[in-house]
Amino acid sequence: MKPILLVDFGSTNTKVTAVDVDGYRILGTATAYTTVETDINEGLDNAMKILEKTTGPLEFEERYACSSAAGGLKMVSIGLVPELTAQASREASLGAGAKVWKTYSFQLTKGDLKEIEEYHPDIILLTGGTDGGNTENILYNAQALSTLSYDCPIVIAGNRNAADRCEEILEGRSIYVCENVMPGLGELNVIPAQKQIREIFLKRIVQGKGLSRAADLVSGIIMPTPSAMMEAMELLAEGWEDHPGIGELIAVDLGGATTDVYSVAEGNPVNVGTVMKGLQEPYAKRSVEGDIGMRYSVHGILEAAGDRKLSLLSGIQRKRIPELVDFLGSHTDYIPDNEEMKHMDFALACAAVETAVTRHAGTLEQVYTPTGLTFLQSGKDLRKVKYVVATGGALIHGEKAEEIAKKALYDPQTPNSLRPENAEILIDKKYILAAMGLLSQYYPVAALEIMKKEIADYGHNE
Amino acid sequence: MDKKKLVIGVIGADVHAVGNSILQHAFEDAGFEVINLGVMVSQEEYISAAIETAADGILVSSLYGHGELDCRGLRDKCDEAGLKGILLYVGGNIVVGKQPFDEVERRFKAMGFDRVFGPGTAPETTIAALYEDFGIEKPEEE
Ligand code: B12
Repeated sequence: MKPILLVDFGSTNTKVTAVDVDGYRILGTATAYTTVETDINEGLDNAMKILEKTTGPLEFEERYACSSAAGGLKMVSIGLVPELTAQASREASLGAGAKVWKTYSFQLTKGDLKEIEEYHPDIILLTGGTDGGNTENILYNAQALSTLSYDCPIVIAGNRNAADRCEEILEGRSIYVCENVMPGLGELNVIPAQKQIREIFLKRIVQGKGLSRAADLVSGIIMPTPSAMMEAMELLAEGWEDHPGIGELIAVDLGGATTDVYSVAEGNPVNVGTVMKGLQEPYAKRSVEGDIGMRYSVHGILEAAGDRKLSLLSGIQRKRIPELVDFLGSHTDYIPDNEEMKHMDFALACAAVETAVTRHAGTLEQVYTPTGLTFLQSGKDLRKVKYVVATGGALIHGEKAEEIAKKALYDPQTPNSLRPENAEILIDKKYILAAMGLLSQYYPVAALEIMKKEIADYGHNE
Repeated sequence: MDKKKLVIGVIGADVHAVGNSILQHAFEDAGFEVINLGVMVSQEEYISAAIETAADGILVSSLYGHGELDCRGLRDKCDEAGLKGILLYVGGNIVVGKQPFDEVERRFKAMGFDRVFGPGTAPETTIAALYEDFGIEKPEEE
């Protein structure tokens, strides 16, 4: 047996997962309340005590951690045209596990700079122009960023012909030049920028966030939690060497403040006659709905779904819905303690999953041309995806997790939303996915086999 | 000298793909860099592409007869988007049926197109026009 400890420092909870990488099994998991502002180690100590109650004392050979504490990895993305490089920049940041507060396009104004200054991002991703294309805009924005009052790390991933001059303009600051996020028009190249972002996170951000003391206890905080989730999903989908994955999938992480959706799928048009529109999307894509969450962002669910739908789903009278939503929005640690609230939470979770996955998935538009019908696809066609993985405290601890997760599926009522048609629902019951993403950096096979056993349940018996 | 950059594509709901691919190869062979947006291209897509790539010209194809409707306002939008003075060509079967070409040409020029090409225009004709408009001396031989 070789026990390894995986820690996820969240903003309110510290989760620990103990695994045996020789036996491909989970030894135990535990969660404890934390506040990063006070002492992150306290949360870790408490979680360890809870863990050891079930596992007994363990000698860990290695310890790794991911973190979404202290607001996670805060970023702003900057590009030129909103639906081209600005979008590519946003995709790159999201995929790196960042919380993208805002995406700017065209030239930054004084007001924009003031906003950025106030938000105080951890990293800025500066892009604009295809290689050999527009240089004027990125140079202008580099100039603007050179007036920032603090040394915010800036990743420059725009037109390569402007990179040298950007470097000159931003001299003396922490800048990192990498490949263009959009080297050719519509061509997405997000991985180099993401690697760079991850590296900066490791080197600089961890210390700045009061996590370095915790980092002493573990062998290192190696990535933001959403990035660990993404790694886990890619591994589960694709497998590792001769260990097969389960194939294309999507994952929904329903939280209190945001709902994240991941897809590991090509998403190309199913029919030959379909014309693709808009930016090509990454094979491994993450989207974050900042207005969709079970507590802090509960009003956003009401706004997106409407009281009629929530009433239908919950059986609660329409006029009472806004009252309950107000209550939940202001009692963010509330756990339903009566039937009515259980129904309300169920309805909200259903609507949140449906809204978030609908926004993540592509759409198919029917256009009538003189010859008849033509189809225009934007985004990814996820209809043939075989699995929906559900995770997040709000989802997995509820009684009807499967029913809620099914809202991610294709709905004949909204046929132009390209969500999975016939996918099997997999539930992250032990809440281990981020930990497995972390583990996958060192023990990919163990991480994969544990996920298959715990989540996909591939006929393995203990 | 840097290659001149051309954004091409078939406008509107038009799916005639063949001529457009031929033009891509012809223009590339003639020493241009081509950004091909394919078929069913909206005005906004030509403009966004031209901005990101810092293109020197937009060449619009229309084959199915609705070109006049699809092209309306393109020049104004280019001006609005900061692409002032960008070269605009249109060609293909840009109107329905057989109409006197000089009238068609006049209408498209009034819309702001620098040059208008009638049905069956050979790529060579267009390339010669491009050289002239960009002030390129003679084609580079390989
Ligand atoms: C193949 C074809 C189709 C195929 C297209 C398949 C595909 N995905 O490409 C299909 C069956 C889908 C089709 C459908 C239709 N078609 Co059709 N089609 C043709 C056909 C037979 C050949 C087109 C072709 O590929 N030509 C070969 C290429 C190399 O030539 P080209 O496209 O003209 O392009 C050259 C030049 O025009 C020029 N050029 C093109 N663009 C530009 C731009 C600039 C700036 C310049 C300088 C030059 C330039 O350079 C190109 C290269 O040399 C033509 C008739 C014909 N012989 O041209 C009709 C034709 C274009 N179609 C026509 C019509 C009406 C239609 C339909 C409306 C029919 C219908 N009612 O169902 C639909 C429209 C569908 C749509 N939404 O677009 C008409 C258009 C009439 C008009 N404009 O007044 C034509 C001319 C037939 C006719 N005589 O009636 N069509």
